[in-house]
Amino acid sequence: MPGVDWPKGTIGPSLSGFGDRALIAGKLPNKAPLLADFVRDARSLVPDSGMPAVPMTANEASDIAAWLQSLRD
Amino acid sequence: MTRAAPASAGGDGWPPAVFDPAGPYSEPVTTLAWALVIGGALVFAIVLAALWAALYGSTKLKARLGGEKAIWILGFAFPAVVLTGLLVWGLMLTSSLSATRVTGAEMRVKIIGEMWWWRVHYQDANGRETLRDANELHIPVGKPVLLELEAADVIHSFWVPRLGGKMDMIPGRTNRLLIQADKPGVYKGQCAEYCGGPHALMGFVVVAHEPEDFARWRASRRPAWPASGAGLGLFLSSGCAACHTIRGTPANGLAGPDLTHVGSRQTLGAGILPNNPGTMAGWIADSQGIKPANRMPAYHQFSGEELLALTDYMVSLK
Repeated sequence: MPGVDWPKGTIGPSLSGFGDRALIAGKLPNKAPLLADFVRDARSLVPDSGMPAVPMTANEASDIAAWLQSLRD
Repeated sequence: MTRAAPASAGGDGWPPAVFDPAGPYSEPVTTLAWALVIGGALVFAIVLAALWAALYGSTKLKARLGGEKAIWILGFAFPAVVLTGLLVWGLMLTSSLSATRVTGAEMRVKIIGEMWWWRVHYQDANGRETLRDANELHIPVGKPVLLELEAADVIHSFWVPRLGGKMDMIPGRTNRLLIQADKPGVYKGQCAEYCGGPHALMGFVVVAHEPEDFARWRASRRPAWPASGAGLGLFLSSGCAACHTIRGTPANGLAGPDLTHVGSRQTLGAGILPNNPGTMAGWIADSQGIKPANRMPAYHQFSGEELLALTDYMVSLK
């Protein structure tokens, strides 16, 4: 995640410039409500995704989605 | 803007406050620390004043400062009185911290420092082990807890600032420390003796409960159930049991932390990550990226589904 020194996980792709990307996980269009659903529970949209669902409210998910879409290279 | 994002979610208790005692075994330490800080500042001010007088004072002042009387008073009498007073006061103040004054009514726990985590072995009044856990200690409020501190490899040091002072864990020796929390809450700690590698990522968590809550917590420490499922199957087939124990399953490895209750811990990785499915999966797949050189290898062989099946299982171990 850009702006975070630690930890720097490499299991998933780097999120740098995420806002410029056309696809989420190479499968879904990168649009806000869909991204928020994906952030909240990736497996519900991409069943074999390796990304776990971390308990969060719908508001938190859409805040995260908004931040992700603000990331530009 | 870059920032580090260590430890638990929400800025709660990390880094632990060092001048905010929460029990009778940390109050004297804080009092003494403030006395030393203030006293030291005063002495420093006196030294600066003397230096100023020596450089810019009138000839008469300089003569007096350099005279025999000033040397005897400032150089001998003053330090002798202050230091003797400080010694006596310090010993009196900290005598209550001594772990030699045990009555037998204390809760007993043995904690063994490893590189770079902590074994937590609860004991009954006779010193017999009753429960094993790792990286987190649960205690009831208002009751002194006698910690028997040991080390498995190199010197570590147990430090939960709000509950007590530091006590080294020395291989071949058992050191004892008393701690007590007067209010319920989560108290963070940190290994305070450099032990190589990710020493800076060797944290600890103490959770203090009201007595009824503590009894409930203690009663809920049961072996894992059910002992089956895809997650457990992956755990066993991937070799995790070589290092980890999950009571109630065939996994009884001792090289790494006991995972029977890992899902209910406040943190993962020994105090350094909040505990949620995201950090759990991230730790399993690549703990080396989070805590480099720790003794658990990265596991890159899982598919996404396998990783999450295993993660779901670990999260369920409450």
